[in-house]
Amino acid sequence: MSKHHVEMTINGRRHAGDVEARVSLSDFLRGDAGYTGVHVGCEHGVCGACTVIVEGKAVRSCLMLAVQADGAQVTTVEGLAAPDGTLHPVQQVLLDEHALQCGFCTPGVVMTLAALTNDAQKPSEAQLLAALSGHICRCTGYQGIRRAAKKLAGAARGKS
Amino acid sequence: MKPAPFDYVAPATVDEACSVLAEAGGGATILAGGQTLLPLLNLRMSQPFIIVDINKIAELQGIARADSCTRIGPMTRQCEVIASEDLARDLPVLVQAVGHVGHHQTRNRGTIGGSIALGEPAAELPATAVALDAMIEVRSTRGTRQIPAGEFYLGPYMSALEADELVTGISFPDWPKGHIPLFREVAQRPGDFALLGMVGALSVEGGKIARAGLAWFGMGPTPIRAKAAEQMLLGRSLDGFDPQAVAERAIADTAPFDDHHASAEYRRTVGARIFVRTLREALELEELA
Repeated sequence: MSKHHVEMTINGRRHAGDVEARVSLSDFLRGDAGYTGVHVGCEHGVCGACTVIVEGKAVRSCLMLAVQADGAQVTTVEGLAAPDGTLHPVQQVLLDEHALQCGFCTPGVVMTLAALTNDAQKPSEAQLLAALSGHICRCTGYQGIRRAAKKLAGAARGKS
Repeated sequence: MKPAPFDYVAPATVDEACSVLAEAGGGATILAGGQTLLPLLNLRMSQPFIIVDINKIAELQGIARADSCTRIGPMTRQCEVIASEDLARDLPVLVQAVGHVGHHQTRNRGTIGGSIALGEPAAELPATAVALDAMIEVRSTRGTRQIPAGEFYLGPYMSALEADELVTGISFPDWPKGHIPLFREVAQRPGDFALLGMVGALSVEGGKIARAGLAWFGMGPTPIRAKAAEQMLLGRSLDGFDPQAVAERAIADTAPFDDHHASAEYRRTVGARIFVRTLREALELEELA
């Protein structure tokens, strides 16, 4: 059982720690770094709740070891809103469209949509809706989330 | 659940990785994209002593042209294949197949080599490699060997890859410009494991089918090449065969199973239907061209 020193940038702040090799990125983000907006549901990549942005791409943080994120730029849902509390455009659209109820799946959905709309490329409606297939929501019936995705389509936000 | 404890090494070169694999004597597991391995670790269905993370090995990454083939490094992420303009032009069916592997979020980590090496019977990429006559290069401290994809798969999750060997490249031979990609799968939801599917390509010269590569996934313990159906197509003009008869011949080579998602009979019935439909659609495309 090997232990490893890891350092990564989480939401713009450097964070270091010593972890066992078997610690997932999701557990590191929640337990060591305190970003409990990373929700852990199924722990086998199906539910999408733990989705975070690593090096610009939306990934499952339960399917990555913390040691693999050594040196990486990681963004969790806590890193999206402005310091004054102004919501990220994706968060605002989800709010406007009543795209959440219990909120368990929401951080994952937000991170997928944020990663895709942060790209210089403008995602199509079809691309956004396809990417949402990687998230399970048990409350909303998805219609609000779909409306939010449609509003975001073609609307690249530039690097935030 | 959380994984059982293991040691972790992240070698920087293939040679280093091969040494670790050789020393571990079968106790090591290779971590590529991790989109299948991490679930197995989390569920404790897999409890290796050593994880060999190959994510830092630069020589395993990238898509390159080689002598009359396209060579894909095993650590090439699935999302990179989808974004590749070269592959969209040269191997459109591979891009199409990768688009059905998992979800957007898992394709951002998941790799081509990981899926090829794992050999999940319902997976798209092993069948694509078989249909397109891909060559799989594997290396160990004992040397390098090339294994045709058609001889690589031995059973569910079982392949010709030895415990000390690492996949170092997958070469897809060129298909003529304007060849016809064939792909269709049936899954309960997007991103789910396929219940079944077919993949392949046809090329037409002088109005006749000059080359055909077809394979099934989810229709048996391994990807299954539809060799007899290919033979029925070769040399025929586009209106010179009965798609239903070809589909029935292709189904005859399969060995589907019953599981809690679908019966073998369902797989055979639906398999024949999608085979006919995919061929018909492809032929219409060709007529328009």
